[in-house]
Amino acid sequence: MMADKNRVDEPTGTELVGHEWDGIEELNTPLPRWWLWTFYATIAWSAVYVVLYPAWPMVSQATEGVLGWSSRGALADEMTAADMARVSTFERIAATEITKLSADPELMGQAIAGGAAAFKQHCIQCHGAGAAGYEQYGYPNLNDDDWIWGGEIGEIEYTLTHGIRWDGSDETRITYMPAFEGIFDRAQVDALVGHVLSLSGNGSGNAAGAELYAANCAACHQPSGAGDHAQGAPALNDAIWLYGKSEASIRQQILAPRHGVMPGWSDKLDPVTIRMLAAYVHSRGGGEETISDTPAAEPDEPDVAQAEVSGAEGNDRL
Amino acid sequence: MTASDQLQQPGKWADALDKTGVTRADSSGGPTGGPPVDGPLYEKRKSVHNKRIDGPFRRFKWLVMVVTLAIYYVTPWLRWDRGPYAPDQAVLIDLANRRFYMFDIEIWPHEFYFVAGLLIMAGIGLFLVTSAVGRAWCGYACPQTVWTDLFQHVDRFIDGDRNARMRLDKAPWGPSKIARRGGKWGIYLLISLVTGGAWILYFADAPTLFAEFFFGTASPVAYMTVAVLTGTTFWLGGFMREQVCIYMCPWPRIQAAMLDEQSLIVTYKDWRGEQRGSLKKAQKEPEKFGDCIDCRECVAVCPTGIDIREGQQVGCITCALCIDACDRVMKDIGRPRGLIDYATLDQCEAEAAGAPATPAWKALLRPRTFIYFGIWGGIGAAMLFALGTRSHTDLTVSPDRNPAFMLLKDGSVRNAYTLRLRNMEGRPRDMEIALAGLPEGAVLWTDRIGSDAAAPAQTIAVPADETRVVRAYVTVPAGSAADQFSFELTSLDEQREKDTVPTTFAMPGGN
Repeated sequence: MMADKNRVDEPTGTELVGHEWDGIEELNTPLPRWWLWTFYATIAWSAVYVVLYPAWPMVSQATEGVLGWSSRGALADEMTAADMARVSTFERIAATEITKLSADPELMGQAIAGGAAAFKQHCIQCHGAGAAGYEQYGYPNLNDDDWIWGGEIGEIEYTLTHGIRWDGSDETRITYMPAFEGIFDRAQVDALVGHVLSLSGNGSGNAAGAELYAANCAACHQPSGAGDHAQGAPALNDAIWLYGKSEASIRQQILAPRHGVMPGWSDKLDPVTIRMLAAYVHSRGGGEETISDTPAAEPDEPDVAQAEVSGAEGNDRL
Repeated sequence: MTASDQLQQPGKWADALDKTGVTRADSSGGPTGGPPVDGPLYEKRKSVHNKRIDGPFRRFKWLVMVVTLAIYYVTPWLRWDRGPYAPDQAVLIDLANRRFYMFDIEIWPHEFYFVAGLLIMAGIGLFLVTSAVGRAWCGYACPQTVWTDLFQHVDRFIDGDRNARMRLDKAPWGPSKIARRGGKWGIYLLISLVTGGAWILYFADAPTLFAEFFFGTASPVAYMTVAVLTGTTFWLGGFMREQVCIYMCPWPRIQAAMLDEQSLIVTYKDWRGEQRGSLKKAQKEPEKFGDCIDCRECVAVCPTGIDIREGQQVGCITCALCIDACDRVMKDIGRPRGLIDYATLDQCEAEAAGAPATPAWKALLRPRTFIYFGIWGGIGAAMLFALGTRSHTDLTVSPDRNPAFMLLKDGSVRNAYTLRLRNMEGRPRDMEIALAGLPEGAVLWTDRIGSDAAAPAQTIAVPADETRVVRAYVTVPAGSAADQFSFELTSLDEQREKDTVPTTFAMPGGN
């Protein structure tokens, strides 16, 4: 039998190992030795790895490894590093008066970005992901150019800080429209609804309604229906209606007005986040220009053009 | 050489390995199975000490080595003036800024199809080369081949030629051998360091990074990359060498599948060489012996240590050094050259049957080569055309989806869009963005141009070699209807490049 040992496969000139399956024989082609060493090296590496890193699954968690590394810890480190990287930006925003933010387009851009993130966390529950509000609940749309309490960036910040009809702040924005239930009869309410609709060009209105309006409504909503930011009296002469423009809705609002409440955020958010939220809301396309006494805060045409040419923020390399 | 020749005496470790009690399914004496072989399961690498040779192919190999190494080491240092807004390095893969510069060509990430096209061309180029000249890539241009060749020259320089190196290998370790080995490995390491170091220079400004690297201020990834590439060059070029080709690289297998009887290979013409025998014997009995005098010069010069006379094999990288060696011997003994030569299997068959030897270049002229060349050239021409005609101005428009439209106080309707104005020129440009297809009175303003300056068209400055992101608001007056329209971008320079992007204007109650 040992004579088989050095039997050689003729076509390949390779030694046979002596195994045969139905006439098919196995050739002896040894693996390179370094291949084996590579295998041992991977075993050694795995032994080291098991000691250094989390490895063996136990009942509640895996073994920790002497390096103490964990994916959760790595995430925490990265988040901390990211927070640290933002600190200087936050400090600059905190030190900049909100009405002066627009003078620094780069800082403004960062404030808007930070505000967009905070908005998703704190505001979309009522105002919606696109900040478009919900008419059926009376959550206002923040994208349009109609503001009940004012759309300048400073006024928005004030609203965010102190809320509207919010118990948490003495400085909250608060007014109530009187309910006219039992004061006007049915015909008077119909006449008033007709006049209110006519303020924004819907229908021709009527003299009785106009008279009632002048006597009961014009003090807050103004004779033209333009409303009054200072009193939180909505404009009635535009295309935007907080609770909808149907006659039924307007009638209800006259007889038993609904009053939305917005919480102030001074007890939950830091002033920088509130400032960034104000910048974001103001940037949604309907923000009003700040009316200021100091000319510097009001950029005139050439300044805008200059900022346009030199501005490079908000650009990317893609 | 047969595999049984390669079996080494089992060493201490091999002994242990071979007695691991591995039993085979049929080793217990099946009806037909013989006893298991007692030989080693693992074999030690047999060192290759290839002999110095000179000849046309060796000189060509030198040339390829010099050219490829020069391209690799020198390219990052070439300068190329691109003006004040772009780097002045001729070839630069600027990952941080997402730009790829190659002389006058600048590729942006969205144009990655050029890189994909180049990779496809490289792949088809390998097919083309394989169909035309066999495994020429393996033999001459593959980095593993070039660096192995370089390291083998270092061996020769430090330790002498083949016989001296074999003697030194067998010699016991002593001061002289330690010094030689240390010196040789030191040179390996130096070459490897330069190799690994050159790689990173393609990814940043070479002179700056070079200085930073030595002052210790370069980024950790630079040092890690250099360390890994130095290590792999040192190990693969200095020690693994032909083992990479034989055991690791997939390419020899792929090429083996691509070769056919019309492919050029380096082959031993056995019908002419056999029966092989020494020169003396052959002179005594010329009718009995062929041209091969069994001098084993072809084996001695082979960088992968194979015997070409066994025929085509995966270990043959077709570097043709054996042709140089054999031709020299044939010349010395007064026999015609080409006992080992480039030839196709078909040519060999014809020649063995008595036809005259065919010049090797005739193997190039066959349909497959032309088809590959046609595809390769077609892709290249298409890419050149695309490169030459591409616009350096581009606009993308993404409408806000939530809210899709916005009713304003005066009853007008506003839509918001995020515009990306791309300026691929190496200078700042003013671009005009205009509305087309909206009703009279439609106006446009942006996050930086206030609504008080709203107009049907706006001019926006786009910095050099950047994309400017603009949030744009479009308003149509109350009572008008709008649906499909376009943003038209025009560069306000002599090029007047245009890009028109159709989009939708959303209205209350749907369009």
